[in-house]
Amino acid sequence: MNITENSGVSHLRWQHRTGVQRLALWVGWLLLVAFTVYCWQVMTESTIWAFVADAPRQAADLGSRMVPPKWSYINVLWVPLWHTLNIATLGTMIGVAIAIPVAFLAARNTTPSRFFVRPIALFIIVASRSINSLIWALLLVSIIGPGVLAGVVAIGIRSIGFVAKLLYEAIEETDTAQIEAVTATGASRSQVVNYGILPQIMPSIYGISVFRWDINIRESTILGLVGAGGIGRQLQASLNVLAWPQVTLIFIVILATVVVSEWISAKVRHAII
Amino acid sequence: MLRVDALSKTYATGDKALDDVSFTVEAGQVVGLIGPSGAGKSTLIRCVNRLVEPTSGSVHLNDEAITGLSRKHLGQMRRRIGMIFQEYALVERLTVMENVLSGRLGYVSFWRSFMRRYPAEDVQQAFALLDRVGLVQHANKRADALSGGQRQRVGIARALEQNPELLLVDEPTASLDPKTSRLIMRLIVEICSERNLPAIINIHDVVLARQFTQRIIGLQEGRVVFDGAPNELDDSVLTRIYGEEDWTDIEGARSEESAEDDVSEA
Amino acid sequence: MSSTLDAGGSANTHPSTWKRPPVLVKNNTLRYALIIGAIVYLVLAIGSLEVNWARVYEGLDRGWQFVKGFLQPDFTSRWKDIKIGMIESLTMALTSTVAGVLISIPIGIGAARNLVPPFVYRICRSIIAISRSLQEIIIAILFVAMFGFGPFAGFLTLSFATIGFLSKLLAEDIEVVDKSQLEAVRATGASWWQLVNYAVQPQVAPRLIGLSLYRLDINFRESAVIGIVGAGGIGATLNTAIDRYEYDSAGAILLIIISVVMLAEYLSGYARKWVQ
Repeated sequence: MNITENSGVSHLRWQHRTGVQRLALWVGWLLLVAFTVYCWQVMTESTIWAFVADAPRQAADLGSRMVPPKWSYINVLWVPLWHTLNIATLGTMIGVAIAIPVAFLAARNTTPSRFFVRPIALFIIVASRSINSLIWALLLVSIIGPGVLAGVVAIGIRSIGFVAKLLYEAIEETDTAQIEAVTATGASRSQVVNYGILPQIMPSIYGISVFRWDINIRESTILGLVGAGGIGRQLQASLNVLAWPQVTLIFIVILATVVVSEWISAKVRHAII
Repeated sequence: MLRVDALSKTYATGDKALDDVSFTVEAGQVVGLIGPSGAGKSTLIRCVNRLVEPTSGSVHLNDEAITGLSRKHLGQMRRRIGMIFQEYALVERLTVMENVLSGRLGYVSFWRSFMRRYPAEDVQQAFALLDRVGLVQHANKRADALSGGQRQRVGIARALEQNPELLLVDEPTASLDPKTSRLIMRLIVEICSERNLPAIINIHDVVLARQFTQRIIGLQEGRVVFDGAPNELDDSVLTRIYGEEDWTDIEGARSEESAEDDVSEA
Repeated sequence: MSSTLDAGGSANTHPSTWKRPPVLVKNNTLRYALIIGAIVYLVLAIGSLEVNWARVYEGLDRGWQFVKGFLQPDFTSRWKDIKIGMIESLTMALTSTVAGVLISIPIGIGAARNLVPPFVYRICRSIIAISRSLQEIIIAILFVAMFGFGPFAGFLTLSFATIGFLSKLLAEDIEVVDKSQLEAVRATGASWWQLVNYAVQPQVAPRLIGLSLYRLDINFRESAVIGIVGAGGIGATLNTAIDRYEYDSAGAILLIIISVVMLAEYLSGYARKWVQ
């Protein structure tokens, strides 16, 4: 908002924005719209609109095939569900165990070297964060073969970046007076970490771990699509043979698992913090 | 005995915090360090145990140089110097006992301190100190469950747990009410005389400094402008340290506080 | 505090051992039960891994190939596929974010308790709940089944996911807007539309822009995933490369994804500063 003053109070003129600002804003929005339209055209170049037009019929067809769910199939799902839980839990544990040292290397106030170690730690964090666990699973299945282990490792790798990022921010926000006081007693570096920093970040470690575990449950339900074990594997098998009633049941089970894990994580976080 | 010779500190930003500061503190002597904020009081006491690295000059404790020590030897030197902080600087989420025992960190191995398995005499001494400051029943409470005065007493116990040869005290009363401030100052002075400890107390409150210390050093813009007995600290000296305008504020505060003191002591 | 207490004299009467009180669970029985339970679970869970060590050993070599491919990425031999995939991913991310934001704004307003009647609130909250509880990949499977393979299904998936994410955060933002400002504008006799325009929009607009940029970043990352089930984008290219054990091409694709994400994070940080 801007007030343009001419000569006297009587000439005060109120404008929402100045002319140039308004113009720039309009041009900006216009460019965004034009660019979006352009992107839309590029994206849909190869789209076969006949298929899209046909979609309502396909959806109705799919819907009729998906209900009712095949409830008896649930007995096949218990073991994969147990595997899913293990993938998420063990993966979270591995991820947190590796993320803690990485976070200390990445935090400005604890890193041994700002110009050498810190960039490496930050790259580990970005690399792990920008690649989805499903892609990690895809890679790991190709490297160490299909199975639960690939899922555990994939979830672990994906968790490192997430946990380490939040944790190193927590380390950088610690109270320096407490750290200074421990240093002043003549404590060694590791003792300063143990007494000055760790007590301050313990609540963050618990909170972040439980939060990530909840996300990992969600992600581990689908890792089986690429062969990494768990309930997603049954999903893949059912999709391959177009057994839609089974697919519906699996969706329902996944949904229930996610809701339950969210509830558990909220409860645990509430109890700890 | 503490000897400070020609100590200077210039920060990376170019601010000159200390300029050629020299003095000696004998055993058992309690020195009050006064001056306006930004005069370099806090930098000075942090240069003694090298929490802040001095630019030039030297510091000796009982004729051993502190300046120039390697990292490892610096740790061994720091454990001989107890420090008490403004806002207490306790590790809030640890118990009172862990905070006191952390005074022994320089003496025990990492593993022992990690497992909280301290030697029997350390634990015994920690209990004795907590008893001395009147907090033995709070040993298992978390530090953040205590009041301000109680926390500062834990801070004192932590410093004494080191069996220090020197006490550095940084604004011990900055966040305490006037009555608790006096109690804390009295406790520190008593302990120093019991143990024949030299101490530097960095304090902005001139009234408290006069009442409790044996000697006062006045800092202004990083230089020593006064060094003498509290009764030599007259209005003209205070004007030199704090400047004309601030000085009247302090005068006002002084009369206010002495009135309060009369009430609390009555 | 009295000075008659003496540190030295009473030392012998003080205990010489001290145990730290338990930090999290104070009840002893419960604590031991939890520890034993955790150990039993760990043993069972690790037992369920069924590791084929021969296969893992064989994989070490492939793992090394991947690391080498990552360090010496091959951008050239699959460049055409990479280019098509990247263009699909980027256009998908942008169009779906724009569409998602446009739909999220009315739903977000509708899900703010302080602005709308209860029945509208409940409808909008259910839409958000559905969108949030279904994962992108599951939605993508369904949309691919309905709309056929390709980026259009991906666009729909990402738009749908964006709605759940943005509307929820937007609604929460609107619910905490300064009440006094709402009342002040209401007191002038403003209509509902004017209320939204004058009292709500100025307060939530900067954060909405920030969140949209963040969602753009997420949508790009997700676009790399949903390609695996046939919804177009760089994911399909990556899937092919890994299936063929072309780890140097896979490494190149992963590096491109990482750099785009890094760039996006840097730019959105800059843009957010500029908006505020």
